[in-house]
Amino acid sequence: MKAKQESQINHQEVNDLLENDMLLRKRRIRRGKINSAVRYAILIAVGILMLYPLVWLIGASFKTNAEIFTSIGFMPKEFDFSGYIRGWKTSTEYTFATYFANTFKIVIPKVILTVISTTVTAYGFARFKFKGKKLLFSILIATLLLPNVVLRIPQYLMYREFNWLDSYKPLVVPAAFAVDAFFVFMMIQFMKGLPKDLEEAAVIDGCNSFQVLWYILIPMLKPAMISVALFQFMWTMNDFLGPLIYISSVKKYPVSIALKMSMDASTLVQWNQTLAMSVIVLIPSLVVFFIAQKHFVDGISTTGMKG
Amino acid sequence: MAEVILKKVEKEYPNGFKAVHGIDLQIKDGEFMVFVGPSGCSKSTTLRMIAGLEDITGGEIWIGNKCVNEVPPKDRGIAMVFQNYALYPHMTAYENMAFGLKFQKTPKDEIERRVTEAADKLEITDLLKRKPKEMSGGQRQRVAVGRAIVRKPEVFLFDEPLSNLDAKLRVSMRVRINQLHRQLKEEGQPATMIYVTHDQVEAMTMGDRICVMKLGEIMQVDTPLNLYNKPANRFVAGFIGAPAMNIVKGELIKKEGRLAVKIDALELELPQEKAKKVEAYVGKNIWFGIRPEHIKSHETHSNEASNYASGNISIIEQMGNEEFVYFDIQGNQYISRLNPDRIKKLNLSEDYSFWFDMNKCHIFDFDTEENISL
Repeated sequence: MKAKQESQINHQEVNDLLENDMLLRKRRIRRGKINSAVRYAILIAVGILMLYPLVWLIGASFKTNAEIFTSIGFMPKEFDFSGYIRGWKTSTEYTFATYFANTFKIVIPKVILTVISTTVTAYGFARFKFKGKKLLFSILIATLLLPNVVLRIPQYLMYREFNWLDSYKPLVVPAAFAVDAFFVFMMIQFMKGLPKDLEEAAVIDGCNSFQVLWYILIPMLKPAMISVALFQFMWTMNDFLGPLIYISSVKKYPVSIALKMSMDASTLVQWNQTLAMSVIVLIPSLVVFFIAQKHFVDGISTTGMKG
Repeated sequence: MAEVILKKVEKEYPNGFKAVHGIDLQIKDGEFMVFVGPSGCSKSTTLRMIAGLEDITGGEIWIGNKCVNEVPPKDRGIAMVFQNYALYPHMTAYENMAFGLKFQKTPKDEIERRVTEAADKLEITDLLKRKPKEMSGGQRQRVAVGRAIVRKPEVFLFDEPLSNLDAKLRVSMRVRINQLHRQLKEEGQPATMIYVTHDQVEAMTMGDRICVMKLGEIMQVDTPLNLYNKPANRFVAGFIGAPAMNIVKGELIKKEGRLAVKIDALELELPQEKAKKVEAYVGKNIWFGIRPEHIKSHETHSNEASNYASGNISIIEQMGNEEFVYFDIQGNQYISRLNPDRIKKLNLSEDYSFWFDMNKCHIFDFDTEENISL
């Protein structure tokens, strides 16, 4: 009898516990849902806030010049493509196609040279011991802190001596010498995170220093190299001051200057054309970013190692 | 011929720290030599110096009949297996194994033959198309060993290759490496192996000979059994064997014509044979060492003439087939390894009588810590 009573009590206790557990779990799930709802609401709100100017820009590029200043919303009353057509023609003798081509004449070699030079320089700093390494590294970091503006005049004078003015050389050639301290620093940090064992294994397998870099490090450095390429691409696309200083003939202008030109070519600014061309200028950066995004975000796979 | 000889090899870092103090060592052709020692004893540094990954600052390293001091790693005829496997993450297992051969300009069909052969040996044929991230730790380690085999090196170097594996896998890999060594020897391939580990079980079970190191110096080089039974000094005695040898400070005295070790009030008589070897130390301080299995229960050894001592039991570790009994005699703690089936059930804080088998004890010089009872 007593045993039966005890077992009943136990049964009851177990049921209570289970119920309690269920309640707790439900509460936890509910709290989780509320939490994520709040989180997403905030994220969406901030996202809209940040993206709205871009959306407005795209919308406004289809508006007529008059409509841009008369309506607040981003949706045009009717889609007007004249901004794009006229904008592309520009007020100069060249079309935007020329300016785009010019931009790529700067961007492509600059990106390639930057990636190569920063990788090689970072390899030297991250993996080799040599005399004066500390001093050189300090200088590198010091240039990070130096405002670009202070270099403009001496650089201009130097390039003038080289007879490089009104050519793309002042914009492109420095990239071959790893002048972007930020990229070099970023690469060094990334390389330091890579296990040295792999390189030692490669040395035993018969690689020399350059083969180690080529066969072993570069495949692992891909995410960092893509980041460098991406940043350099965007910064160069958007660079205004550099071309403004060194390029003087309209024929050689990149899009950043061409855009500015469309704003002060006449007293009456054709805003819809300017906005339309701004949209077009944005496209390459966006496309490149979305293509590279996977690698950009991709963590490094050092999975040949432990773990 | 792939003898490895170290002659007064030294390693000093630029900051003045001396990691390796002029070591001499001869590793015979086809021998399995294990470097063992606590962390920071420079066993890995020594291995890396043999590999050529670390410069030496003094002495000479000979591999085969060649002094390799100035020879780059790839030309030393070595292959190395790293602790972290060090497989190239962007290559498949096949590419990983073939990588070194490509640099030796081996013909393609020869590469394929060697890789398949090694894969067969290590049972990784079905993994050849996988990348390292798609493999488990044990599989990766086998690929790493495979990468070493295909190069047909004269000397294999292993740098703690099993320490990232779980206990079970470690045992099976240990057996596999042992088998591999035997197999290579049978096939007539040179298979001198140098294996670094901090795990003394690995050292004892794998090595033809073991080199025990401490702070960049060699303490003793000998076969596993000799290291266990005839440790050259106090360090080796304490390092080899688990649980470790009991080592306590004592004094050698002469009493009624017989030599005895006096540890506080405890007096343990030495048998004639041992006594002869240590006679010169009468009246001096010494280190007294005895392995746990040589401290026995009075229940199993009740008819001995002397050397019984009563100790207070402080800890009992049950291992199933044996138990480690920690007990105190006048403030000194000892460990005894007993067979629970042959004695009564022991309780904590109980006084229990033990018998010290003095035939098996070791006496070490107090200052030099050399074994004087061998």
